[in-house]
Amino acid sequence: MDPMDYMDGNMLAGELREIFSMDVTAARGRCAGCGRMGMVAETRVYQHAAGLVARCPGCDAVLIRLVRAPDRAYLDLHGMSFLEVPLA
Amino acid sequence: MARATVLRRLTWQAASIADIRVETDTARTIVLDLPGWPGHVAGQHVDIRLTADNGYSAQRSYSVASAPADGRLEVTVQRVPDGEVSGYLVDIAQPGDVVEVRGPVGGYFTWEPEDPSPVLLVAGGSGIVPLMSMIRARSDVHSRVPFRLIYSTRGPADAIYADELRRRVRDDRGVDVAYAYTRTVPEGWPRPPGRLDAALLTASGWPADLGPAAFVCGPTGFVETVANLLVAQGNEPARIKTERFGPTGG
Repeated sequence: MDPMDYMDGNMLAGELREIFSMDVTAARGRCAGCGRMGMVAETRVYQHAAGLVARCPGCDAVLIRLVRAPDRAYLDLHGMSFLEVPLA
Repeated sequence: MARATVLRRLTWQAASIADIRVETDTARTIVLDLPGWPGHVAGQHVDIRLTADNGYSAQRSYSVASAPADGRLEVTVQRVPDGEVSGYLVDIAQPGDVVEVRGPVGGYFTWEPEDPSPVLLVAGGSGIVPLMSMIRARSDVHSRVPFRLIYSTRGPADAIYADELRRRVRDDRGVDVAYAYTRTVPEGWPRPPGRLDAALLTASGWPADLGPAAFVCGPTGFVETVANLLVAQGNEPARIKTERFGPTGG
């Protein structure tokens, strides 16, 4: 596997805006694995799994898993212990 | 009684190709007409989806190249080897064709004209596209925020927007551009071909103590290298915004 074979959380913006009313990529979240705080836009996104997997740039733990079916989305966020969402 | 408006979630809308411009041998600018398009913030992107007659579809993210405007936007697309979407947009698409667009999206890699900090833009290849939107937006709002762009390409012929950048350096007061050519350099060029390094970032960027807002966009390896160099030079990591488009490009 190419160690640079990832994109970043910016590319999740469209998928997440279909689900949420605001831009989640500009939110800060905490990794449930290592406690690192970071923007969702800064996560490392891998596309070779079924769906999209966003990993922590600090410890590589899975933060977000998103799988799309034609009529629904499956969103696993258990790797993030919280999100700080700007509302201004 | 008036009914409450039911907000629709963001989804795909049809966009027709109004015009196509050749930028380099491998890059085209696609001008899209989007009725009802609300405009964007410089640095944002859109997702473009193509669907074949048999129902197979493919989508990719592309940065908006134009300055914010209602009803119309431009994306500049670089052809990548075996690229399903870029291959169509660069080689096959014609004015009048219809594609699907979702956006504008992304609230992180954006430049807000209200931020007075000097701006450092660092582009690798087609990573120039969202940074060009920022340069164009700066001009449209008559901002005096000083911008410095460091643009890494293989050689002069691979530089997208080279003519426009030359003109903007001359006419838009406060925009400077430095090139880092990695393979071929023009006759008499002072720097041998090579990757962008700490010396060029120091010479053509901003001192860290000015607190510049940095935007770095390019292939993943390029972005990692430049972001690490900027941190090593004393820049605050939170002031370095990055956008990566994978090992080979979008």
